[in-house]
Amino acid sequence: MISKVLPIYSLWSREIVRFYRQPSRVVGALGSPLVFWLLIGSGVGSSFAGSSGGDYLQYFYPGTLFLILLFTAIFSTISLIQDRREGFLQSVLVAPVSRLGLVTGKILGGATLACSQGILFLLFAPLMGIHQDLSGWLLVLAVLFLNSVALTALGFVIAWRLHSIQGFHAVMNLLLIPLWLLSGALFPPEGSPAWIQIVMKLNPLRYGLAALRTSLYDETAAAPPLGLCVIVTVVFGIALMVFAAWVASRGRAEDVR
Amino acid sequence: MPNVEELQAMATQTLITIKALRHSYGTREALRGVSFEVACGEIFGLLGPNGSGKSTLFGILSTLFRPTSGEIRVGGFALAQSANDVRRQIGVVFQSPSLDDKLTVFENLRYQGYLYGLGGNALKKRCHELLEELGVSDRARDLVGKLSGGLKRRVEIAKGLLHGPKLLLLDEPSTGLDPGARVDLWKYLRALRDQEKVTVMVTTHMTDESENCDRIAILSDGELVCLGAPDLLKGEIGADVLEIQTNSEEQLAHKIEETFGIKCVVLKGSLQMEHEHAAGFVAKLVETFPGVIQAVTFRRPTLEDVYLHKTGQRFWSGGGEQES
Repeated sequence: MISKVLPIYSLWSREIVRFYRQPSRVVGALGSPLVFWLLIGSGVGSSFAGSSGGDYLQYFYPGTLFLILLFTAIFSTISLIQDRREGFLQSVLVAPVSRLGLVTGKILGGATLACSQGILFLLFAPLMGIHQDLSGWLLVLAVLFLNSVALTALGFVIAWRLHSIQGFHAVMNLLLIPLWLLSGALFPPEGSPAWIQIVMKLNPLRYGLAALRTSLYDETAAAPPLGLCVIVTVVFGIALMVFAAWVASRGRAEDVR
Repeated sequence: MPNVEELQAMATQTLITIKALRHSYGTREALRGVSFEVACGEIFGLLGPNGSGKSTLFGILSTLFRPTSGEIRVGGFALAQSANDVRRQIGVVFQSPSLDDKLTVFENLRYQGYLYGLGGNALKKRCHELLEELGVSDRARDLVGKLSGGLKRRVEIAKGLLHGPKLLLLDEPSTGLDPGARVDLWKYLRALRDQEKVTVMVTTHMTDESENCDRIAILSDGELVCLGAPDLLKGEIGADVLEIQTNSEEQLAHKIEETFGIKCVVLKGSLQMEHEHAAGFVAKLVETFPGVIQAVTFRRPTLEDVYLHKTGQRFWSGGGEQES
């Protein structure tokens, strides 16, 4: 048993040690969403004030939290490309570690980082009028963690096949940011054109974000029910992890350096 | 040191069996049916120029990817069916460093240990032992990024040996090392074989380096050209080697064959031939063809000559395809 857990611990722990040894990553993953939140939230909020009645900074808060998770998860999986190029990955691939173990260690590492960055941002929650009791906060944390796992797994699947960090940036701008835009982070689906609404309904990230919003604001109106959101996020995360393990089990000659 | 009987008993045991191994990258065949065996406790070299298929063979043996066809067994386990059992028995030292620059020397080893399911005090002790043996214990707390190339290679070897493998695979281990460090490396590998009974397999494209091996397999164009102890392979030529520099290679080769009945290999700007009494033959040669020969070099055969003898191609032709 312990011999199965140690390899996962190895990859998990390395991920975290590396992250905190590069302060620019800590600042980058938290800083840019924070700037987005303040600029977009305040700007849009006062320009369109009164139209929806609510405070836009408040509406945008879960979306920003989600963006922090996405950024941290993505940057931690970018290290996979680095590991491949620099050669570290080859020594992991020849170790007697099941590919699911490899994937689990790496994804849990990224998810832990995403979660901890998210928790830092939760310190602003009281300013948004969010006051939860202990069980409320536990629910928020659980949803935060599920989302972190799903987003890191998504990053893993993309990063595994890519050779360059530039390539990852292209995928991020073309796929991941639009997925985030259409998750309900910036605007609710109601009132959007029909096709946008359809895309949003099909976007798995929407359910993760809705779960986050519901757990933070105890909001139920207009959002999919929390149970459905959690189920979609869990299924999405597990499916991505299994897919990641399958992709990782296919050895490639390019791995020899 | 193991005694003679022990060494003999070890040598009769086969550690690696490779049968009819083939591998293709798309339409290009990198390995065309290679078969050989490696015995326990030997230092075995895979020698070949770039594009010979040795890196492909190394990649397959290190379990990074699967061959197109063929069979490999290591220590009784079939690679195709029990990859993880094979992985536990091999330590791999890659050509490009697999160390994490952002971690210290000790952390690199510790995380490697965890990957192999080792932990606790036993792991700590093993890490320190190996760092001591390889002479890097005073750098244990330094970030790997701050180490020189030679020291990194040592840590790399410590990393490969951490789980006590039966077989240590090294890909071009002396690349980037200065001559002193090379001597140390081979001294260490021999001690490893003698004291820990670890079988060592290295790939190299340097003929002089492969002289350090007990046995070598020479690969060319995806095929096994010959296999044996370096001295035996050189002995098979059974003659001295003469290299004749001339401007009219083809003509001279033809004339030499006509006059003396000796076949020459025509190279660019020179001819190469084998002769049992080469020293005496030089004078005859120069007298017979005055003005045509610019220089004659006489030497005992090297592994490059073995390669030329078997393939008809020069080892350092530089025309080999780059391996992926």
